[in-house]
Amino acid sequence: MTPDRHTVALTVNGAPFKRTVEGRLLLSDFLRHDLEFTGTHVGCEHGVCGSCTVLVDGNPTRSCLMLAVQADGHAIETVEGLAPDAATLSPLQAAFRKHHALQCGYCTPGFLMTASALLRVTEHPSRLEIKEALSGNLCRCTGYSGIVDAVDEIANGKPNAV
Amino acid sequence: MAFGNAEMKPAPFDYHRPATLEEALALLERYEGDAKVLAGGQSLIPLMNMRLARPAALIDLERVAGLTGLRFDGDVLHVGAMTRHMEIERSAAVRERIGILSAAMPYVGHLAIRSRGTFGGSLAHADPAAELPALATLFDATFTIAGSGGTREVPWSDFFITFLTSCLEPAEILTGITLTLAPPQAGWSFHEIARRHGDFALAGCAARVELDAEGERIASARVALFGVDATPVRLLEAEPALIGLVSSAAAIADIAAAAAAKLEPATDVHGSTAFRRDIARRLIASGIRDAAAHASSLRTPEKVRA
Repeated sequence: MTPDRHTVALTVNGAPFKRTVEGRLLLSDFLRHDLEFTGTHVGCEHGVCGSCTVLVDGNPTRSCLMLAVQADGHAIETVEGLAPDAATLSPLQAAFRKHHALQCGYCTPGFLMTASALLRVTEHPSRLEIKEALSGNLCRCTGYSGIVDAVDEIANGKPNAV
Repeated sequence: MAFGNAEMKPAPFDYHRPATLEEALALLERYEGDAKVLAGGQSLIPLMNMRLARPAALIDLERVAGLTGLRFDGDVLHVGAMTRHMEIERSAAVRERIGILSAAMPYVGHLAIRSRGTFGGSLAHADPAAELPALATLFDATFTIAGSGGTREVPWSDFFITFLTSCLEPAEILTGITLTLAPPQAGWSFHEIARRHGDFALAGCAARVELDAEGERIASARVALFGVDATPVRLLEAEPALIGLVSSAAAIADIAAAAAAKLEPATDVHGSTAFRRDIARRLIASGIRDAAAHASSLRTPEKVRA
């Protein structure tokens, strides 16, 4: 059987990559195993939990519901792209730490990417809008209040209160 | 890192990304029913990840020209099959001219699903618990379907066959959907009961109502239900009985009860047949009343000007 292989050229957090992959390789596994962006976490692998959420051309997307080959020509952003450097958290990440918006941390990259997309398109989202935007991400440590608090702080002021 | 094939979830398939509709149709013919069309993938890829679906090939429509976009033309809206939910959700023209579609969009999965999922994909998937098939029935949708022998137009009443089954043949592609817009004075309502926001509905109801010249009695009504039968359900028998009623009429509850009694919702872990019928009964009655109230509210600016 001829292997079904395709060239994928894309950017991840602004850096270009080019690989040859099998058509059935999921974007989530491509990011983790081929490109070693292991910050993208894989939870349910059928589009329910939101852990693997990345941004595709700026829009939140389940990377387990997209084939790597479908990302050809697109710009991907992962959690690794948020912090300015290895020693500094982004404001949103710092707010997550301040508000104890994580316990085990497994779902956190998905929440951070979903919230990042919300903050780009909605200048001052209400608490309800924040909850609606985050409703596709599951946290099983019951951390939602802290997560909403963290996003709310970044969206609606108090930038110096860390 | 080398994981071999451990990270591969879907079973092997041939991936094709044709640039034209003709090429896509030829590929479907070549695989003789073993290929699947890939639109947004938000229903198909989960099925493939769980290996409930194992197509021999995927024909990705993303780069086929001419399948995306919203086009208003007189009293109709043409929606390209590959138009993503997010584009519809964010369209000011949709909000203005077919507001119920904007209102329904947040119920379609979650944002990260709507960024990939497509209008045509959702309709072709024909899940009776989904929102968009019910809305298609409410706006007399016509489906434009391409095959190697040419294009055919199918009314909604012939499109939805049963659970997850439309009239699409294996070598056909849904290219667009045409919705007939409601007159501007028509009111609407959209209700859905689900266990969690973003889940498929236990039951849902979309209604549109026009009032008479005095703004008192129902002049026309349409009601569509989802999650309550093997296909979306238009209440074609009940709708004429609503004409002439005031929205406070007790008869509306009776009409709703009679319509709900005819439904055949499945019993599953989320609810029994009787429970779903009862939800449907309540949603029909409140849906009609809310749509009538909305139609009434649309008249208010005229009164203020007078």
